Amino acid sequence: MTIPSSRAERLSSSAGSVVFDADVLVLGGGPAGTWAAISAAEHGARVVLADKGFCGTSGATAAAGTGVWYVDPAPERREAAMASREKLGGHLQDRRWMARVLDRTYAQSNQLADWGYPYPVDEDGKPQRNSLQGPEYMRLMRKRTKQAGVTILDHSPALELLVDGSGVVAGATGLRRQKGDRWTVNAKAVVIATGGCAFLSKTLGSNVLTGDGYLLAAEAGAEFTSMEFSNAYAISPAFGSVTKTLFYSWASFTDEQGSVIPGASSKGGRSVIARALRKGAVYAQLDEADAETQKHMRVSQPNFFLPFDRTGIDPFTQRFPITLRLEGTVRGTGGLRILDDSCATTVPGLYAAGDAATRELICGGFTGGGSHNAAWAMSSGYWAGQGAAEFAQQLGVTVGRQVFRRGTVGLRSRSGRPLQGGALAQSIQGEVFPYELNYFREAGRLGQSLSRLDALWSDASVADAPGEQELLRAREAAAMLATARWMYRSALARQESRGMHRRDDYPEQDDRYLHYVTTGGLDEVWTSARPLPSLQYAEAAE
Amino acid sequence: MIEVIDAERCTACDICVNVCPTNVFDKTDGIPRIARQGDCQTCFLCELYCPEDALFVSPFADTPQQLDVVALKEAEVLGSYRRAVGWTDESRHLRDADRSYRLFGH
Ligand SMILES: Cc1cc2nc3c(=O)[nH]c(=O)nc-3n(C[C@H](O)[C@H](O)[C@H](O)COP(=O)(O)OP(=O)(O)OC[C@H]3O[C@@H](n4cnc5c(N)ncnc54)[C@H](O)[C@@H]3O)c2cc1C
Ligand code: SF4
Ligand code: SF4
Repeated sequence: MTIPSSRAERLSSSAGSVVFDADVLVLGGGPAGTWAAISAAEHGARVVLADKGFCGTSGATAAAGTGVWYVDPAPERREAAMASREKLGGHLQDRRWMARVLDRTYAQSNQLADWGYPYPVDEDGKPQRNSLQGPEYMRLMRKRTKQAGVTILDHSPALELLVDGSGVVAGATGLRRQKGDRWTVNAKAVVIATGGCAFLSKTLGSNVLTGDGYLLAAEAGAEFTSMEFSNAYAISPAFGSVTKTLFYSWASFTDEQGSVIPGASSKGGRSVIARALRKGAVYAQLDEADAETQKHMRVSQPNFFLPFDRTGIDPFTQRFPITLRLEGTVRGTGGLRILDDSCATTVPGLYAAGDAATRELICGGFTGGGSHNAAWAMSSGYWAGQGAAEFAQQLGVTVGRQVFRRGTVGLRSRSGRPLQGGALAQSIQGEVFPYELNYFREAGRLGQSLSRLDALWSDASVADAPGEQELLRAREAAAMLATARWMYRSALARQESRGMHRRDDYPEQDDRYLHYVTTGGLDEVWTSARPLPSLQYAEAAE
Repeated sequence: MIEVIDAERCTACDICVNVCPTNVFDKTDGIPRIARQGDCQTCFLCELYCPEDALFVSPFADTPQQLDVVALKEAEVLGSYRRAVGWTDESRHLRDADRSYRLFGH
């Protein structure tokens, strides 16, 4: 077998580690990561992709499937698509970005059709491309990633970034958890596509999403934005993991006694459900779906019905208890701050895509469902891969450059007491799951939670690195902790209700806060206000 | 959570060990072992990828269940997700059956 010259080079495999030399390293193998890897390879880079789980089944899309913001390029359709969510997002979107994401998503979706994705065809013979079945889509993306010459490392969570003497990102290192050793990839540019952070809430497919990429990037000096828009909660049967909410728009919601809960609904009334859940059980029944709709539901989202068919519940005729599971920044907005059209972050050589990157540019302060996330994963993935490949090309030869590890919490030893990842994760869940802390925010409660989180951080940052078996858990918990602190500091800074961020003490939208909140820092978390691009231009013109 | 590996059907191909995103299974000399059930995120994907319909994921995400494997097999529940998404020979026609476009915008 001849190895194509465009493949990343495996340098050595001494016992206990495997080393690769690449132009671009992609961390994360969901839609954003696979599109980034394919795009980087198409732009001439030798690419390695490392995923915590198995590229193809890991991440939110593979398990759940997604509606896609696929809109015909007719100008009036585009205009309507952009306008439809501006109010919901609190007017923090950027029209220029929305337009380029619509164009890119249209192109990538059509590419999927050429690659053989089995899109349905409607009664008029027209292909319908605004929905993707998760397992089918991601199985195809894995295949195309391999065909593009990308080296895939499965079950290989990244633990920390490498940087050179001037702070330029130079690769990463992590575990090969099924092989019991480590990997290192020396690369000229890195794409963070590790998804969002759902705090191990068991929301569908998201327990691999613990904010790891945020922590890695922050350790190299990256900044975040819109982290206050991080309180997405999704409806699922109380006992289950299937947090697919579209079909609950055909539901009625009742309390223990069977009385309809006024105002409760999936869209625009989810906070009513959250309040009701604080008092007692809440039940749903999909009684507004007629026979025809029920039929379409079954074939469109088979996974939605697994919890029902397997417990003998008929969701159309019987009521069942529901809950709201936290989806954090998976269906929230916040993430790594993006500087330019190539999805570069504030750290040279570091790019971000998908849920790991901010979606404020197209969603403003409200993300939730609605297909924007899938569109963003495709298009930001494409651009980040291209941007990283071009950065690598410009960097030229890097042989012999000195590199340094940037990892901190959970990777060092100082106190003689190892970091207990499992216990730490539980403590963090106690601060981010409760509706009274995260869904309905208020200065006093946020402040108290932050002081507890800060104390956990102080402890964790002096703890020892645990044994190899517990290392990933420890780093995941550290990432969740850092994420929670950026979320709540940003939430305190935004003294208004806008998008998905709601403050009990400031229930109205306040136009003094028509800006973005930037945040960052590890031991000391900071926030600052950043003007919207449109207002920036206006100021410059004055 | 994952509850069942049916020893009668399993061919020890280890696909489930490879594809589980949260690394719940361990390889053995024979059929894989559910080594870390508590790490299962109830995503149903191992079941979808198992070519022998040997796995069953219970829909209860937080609590383990006692299940009767024989009854599950009789009810043809094993492999039902694969059939529903069109990943079996007899259900291939379902791969493009998605009617979401009729449901969005409700
Ligand atoms: C139930 C549910 C339904 C949804 N429905 C929709 C919808 O209808 N429309 C829509 O637009 N969006 C929807 N979303 C959101 C959508 O799934 C995400 O926006 C999308 O998956 C983001 O893609 P991604 O590639 O950025 O992240 P993911 O698909 O989550 O992939 C991230 C990858 O990074 C890997 N990873 C994590 N940490 C590490 C590490 N340390 N090292 C290496 N790899 C790592 C993970 O294993 C994973 O494979 C839904 C989400 C959920 C949970
Ligand atoms: S995928 Fe199925 S047949 Fe293969 S090892 Fe797992 S349970 Fe057995
Ligand atoms: S349901 Fe998902 S997480 Fe659980 S064992 Fe199967 S693949 Fe792994």
